[in-house]
Amino acid sequence: MSLNKLTIAEARDALAKGDVTSVELTEACLSQIEGAGALNAFVHKTPEIALEMARAADTRIKSGDAPAMCGIPLGVKDLFATKGVATQAASKILEGFKPEYESTVTQNLWDAGAVMLGKLNMDEFAMGSSNESACYGNAVNPWKVDERQLTPGGSSGGSASAVAADLCLAATGTDTGGSIRQPAAFTGIVGIKPTYGRVSRWGVVAFASSLDQAGPMTKSVRDAAIMLGTMCSHDPKDSTSTDLPVPDFEAMLTGDIRGKKIGIPKEYRMDGMDAGIEKLWADGTAMLKDAGAEIVDISLPHTKYALPAYYVVAPAEASSNLARYDGVRYGHRAKLAAGEGIDDMYAKTRAEGFGPEVQRRVMIGTYVLSAGFYDAYYNRARKVRALIKRDFEEVFAQGIDAILTPATPSAAFGLGEMANADPVAMYLNDVFTVTVNLAGLPGISVPCGLDAAGLPLGLQLIGRPWEEGDLLNHAHVLEQAAGFAAKPEKWW
Amino acid sequence: MSIDIDTARKVAHLARIRVPEDNLPALASELSNILTFMEQLGEVDVDGIEPMTSVTPMRLKRREDVVTDGGYPEKVLKNAPDAREGFFAVPKVVE
Repeated sequence: MSLNKLTIAEARDALAKGDVTSVELTEACLSQIEGAGALNAFVHKTPEIALEMARAADTRIKSGDAPAMCGIPLGVKDLFATKGVATQAASKILEGFKPEYESTVTQNLWDAGAVMLGKLNMDEFAMGSSNESACYGNAVNPWKVDERQLTPGGSSGGSASAVAADLCLAATGTDTGGSIRQPAAFTGIVGIKPTYGRVSRWGVVAFASSLDQAGPMTKSVRDAAIMLGTMCSHDPKDSTSTDLPVPDFEAMLTGDIRGKKIGIPKEYRMDGMDAGIEKLWADGTAMLKDAGAEIVDISLPHTKYALPAYYVVAPAEASSNLARYDGVRYGHRAKLAAGEGIDDMYAKTRAEGFGPEVQRRVMIGTYVLSAGFYDAYYNRARKVRALIKRDFEEVFAQGIDAILTPATPSAAFGLGEMANADPVAMYLNDVFTVTVNLAGLPGISVPCGLDAAGLPLGLQLIGRPWEEGDLLNHAHVLEQAAGFAAKPEKWW
Repeated sequence: MSIDIDTARKVAHLARIRVPEDNLPALASELSNILTFMEQLGEVDVDGIEPMTSVTPMRLKRREDVVTDGGYPEKVLKNAPDAREGFFAVPKVVE
């Protein structure tokens, strides 16, 4: 078997036994990346850094001091600041930016001995559901069933494409409204967004600070458990990162969910729902029941209002966070004509540097925060957000352990197919995932089957706050029962 | 709530994004569509509900009010489009 196709768990065990070296794993991935230009997943490649880190990991493994992630080659979403390596959030406005610091999440991974292969494509500033808004061009889904090129989803589209195509063993992603879980579902891989505060946001380019969380995108639930454990930490540099012990998530994958209560929320059964998605959801429910869980019908009455609330809160925070891109401290600065002053510099720089979707969201955010509209939109959305969170608290208080829903309303769609659609039509991709961000809960997408055309579909499990271990165990049971083993056929 | 061309111009200015006059009608209609989608929030009974300030109940950590970082202006200025003599340089702002 080609080494790049290994899971983290398989590679870890082979490294520990001395059957392979990290340099061999890394070289296998680097050669796959070289041949996968058509996927446009890796947008900044760092082969020299990768091999240097791999050699150091091999020394560490030989010395017997090797954490689970030691020697594992990873891709990093372009949203994470990586010291001395281009970090652009897929935006023209950060062209040429090389941070003088490392994000806490990536530092945690490198401290554990993981290897950086390069930076991965994404939607500009993580705003999008199809990876079509990047300054690098579209990332492409390795899954293909006809002549069309399909989206890998977004915003972590490059991460999803790279993991599904075995260009790396796993990748980091970030999730503000579904940006880990939706692309994971579109590409047949696993992606978990942890509880808000579980992972430090320091050094991750900010989109909507009250919603953003980083998480792993992997080939299996076990890998997600291993990698998440390394990414989590309490960080004094992020005041919202929580000072809680990080359990051994992998050790919590017992495969036993007997007596657990799984909630099936009726509000997620949408009118005109795709028949394949509906069947998958029913099948997944039956699998958890067969594993000894009790299935309970539940209600989350404010679900319908999650998308509009999200599309007020997230742009509002984005308009504030993105105010820092002004052409003064880093990145792009517009050339000024004679007589133009600093106000022209700001407005021209931002018009040239931000793509259309980012401009749209910054302006929507500016509007909902402006005098006269703050109460009607922003404050109302924050109140509705409180109600959405209360819906979840009430079902958890009834003893529900996890909630099962579809991950996406459809399978991957064709690149360019939504080009002329209303922006709101694209926002509907997040319909099953945004509630989890608004309520700060952990959620995981698990590949569970193929649709009629042969494209992967995922189910989402939502857990109680801080119970990622229990959530991963439910996901592990679902993964084993579904037995999803399909891989995209190589065309790239 | 529909956004007219004057409001679109004002929002673009507040956001410090230059939008050519010709593009304002299209921008106004796009923003109006998005806001129409958000109008649904008006249906929700939010009487007595406090706006959420923090998604996880937490008290921010306190620490000693001391300098913990800094002292490397060259690193801070490294990525600046224009830095001179230890400062960020911008077009003249004071006549």
